[in-house]
Amino acid sequence: MRAYWLIALLWIRAALSYPVSFWTMMVGGVLITFLDFVSIWLMFTHIDSYGGFSLREIGLLYGVTSIAFRIADMLVGSVEKIGQKVRSGDLDAMMTKPVPVLVQLCADRFELRRLGQIGQGVAVFAWAAPIVDWNPQRLGVLVMAIVSGVVIYFCVFVTFSTIQFWTTDASEFANAFTYGGNTIMQYPMTIFPREVVRSLTYLLPLTFVNWYPCLFLLGETDPFGAPGWFRFASPLAALVLVGITALVWRQGLRRYRSTGS
Amino acid sequence: MSGAQHSQVGLYAAVAARSFRRYSTYTAATLAGIFTNSVFGIILTFAYLALWEQNPTAGGYEVDQAVTFVWIGQALLMTIALWSGGSTDDLAERIRNGDIAVDLYRPVSVLGWYLAADLGRGLYHFATRGVAPTIVGAVLFGLVVPSPAGVVGFAISIVLAVVVSFSVRFLFAVSAFWILDATGPRVLLSVLATFFSGLTLPLNLFPEGLRQVALALPFASYIQTPADIWLGRHTGADMLAAIGLQILWAVVLLALCSLVLRAATRKVVVQGG
Repeated sequence: MRAYWLIALLWIRAALSYPVSFWTMMVGGVLITFLDFVSIWLMFTHIDSYGGFSLREIGLLYGVTSIAFRIADMLVGSVEKIGQKVRSGDLDAMMTKPVPVLVQLCADRFELRRLGQIGQGVAVFAWAAPIVDWNPQRLGVLVMAIVSGVVIYFCVFVTFSTIQFWTTDASEFANAFTYGGNTIMQYPMTIFPREVVRSLTYLLPLTFVNWYPCLFLLGETDPFGAPGWFRFASPLAALVLVGITALVWRQGLRRYRSTGS
Repeated sequence: MSGAQHSQVGLYAAVAARSFRRYSTYTAATLAGIFTNSVFGIILTFAYLALWEQNPTAGGYEVDQAVTFVWIGQALLMTIALWSGGSTDDLAERIRNGDIAVDLYRPVSVLGWYLAADLGRGLYHFATRGVAPTIVGAVLFGLVVPSPAGVVGFAISIVLAVVVSFSVRFLFAVSAFWILDATGPRVLLSVLATFFSGLTLPLNLFPEGLRQVALALPFASYIQTPADIWLGRHTGADMLAAIGLQILWAVVLLALCSLVLRAATRKVVVQGG
């Protein structure tokens, strides 16, 4: 952990040495998520409800998945560069250092500017939050969902990046599940076919990041008839994923052969 | 055509061909990209289906046109290098590390060289990451097929889309001459391009005032214009006007690139002492 922050601090200092670039990137990061939500808002100039949800209700779904995803992206997003590190030989250098390879990979090129994107998620959430009838129980579920969400997205980042130990230049494959996952969770699940929602529950359990917890916050039951306790099961989903991710990562690292050998 | 001119054209064709081949080396990357474009296409299709179910004529599009719009967007976003990744990225890096000095020494136009390289890349991305996801979309959801005139117009329009997108990216990349690291402006550019190209939402769904502004910006040339030609929203004189606006932007922006490059070159000389 300490090693992670030491490496991260190094990259923060490096980024700040190009101030114009850093700040435009920060602003760009805020804008990117802002305009992203504006697109959804603009959709509402043509309709009153979307998949049975109001704009603020979608803001709630959007806020929770964005906060979790952007935090995970800032902390471990650079793990998608595995293929590059393998090709350049940097991974060999990492293996000789007394810090776990995964920690080094995740902290590499740590991007402080992503704080802007997290802030944007928080802003959308704050705008949507008044529609929830808050009580301690609901607040607890929210905190649980966000923490579990970060862990779930962390696992998605690592698991799908591990594939690059087999195909070093297929980094974009992971994007379909990381960025694609965050995108799909911004919409209410009611607009998707049942099979998609099932897959997002049992295969790639992203619905536990925001869908089930937000149903609880809104005091609604699942339109697809999922068990009620799913609304509190986010940590369980996260735990299962951590187990799978650890296995996959170990397999990948064992599979690793340095370039040229 | 004189001999010198002929060899110039031959040179740029060679640059484009090498660029095409360079990208075609990474088969796994291409396959992964096709997969990712298809996944995003599917997500957006369901998002649009839900919207058009509520409002079947939103923005003047029928539901099957809206779905086709999604897949045209996915097909073009790599072709036009919406989020960078084209020859302009190489340019920005070469400015940062100083290799640009070598480019400036060559008896070839820097602008022409990088444009040729980007067109070669664009052709490769269109043939692979453009065509393949479109087939996925057509099989899964069924897409609108254009008229013969629409096909011709679309083909011209996407070449212009690449030229306009290249010039905009070039301008942002050249900013590295002044601020050294062009990553920030590049992120900012990709944000604007994503929103104003029509990738996330067709520009015709924007509120009236914003719609007019967005349609006049160069970003409309990226996806909105080719898509509307494909979908038969621009036909006859209207299509010529749409392509005319793309040509206008291409000429203006390339001229601007040339000017900025000249100013930047003077700066390099100063830096070099």
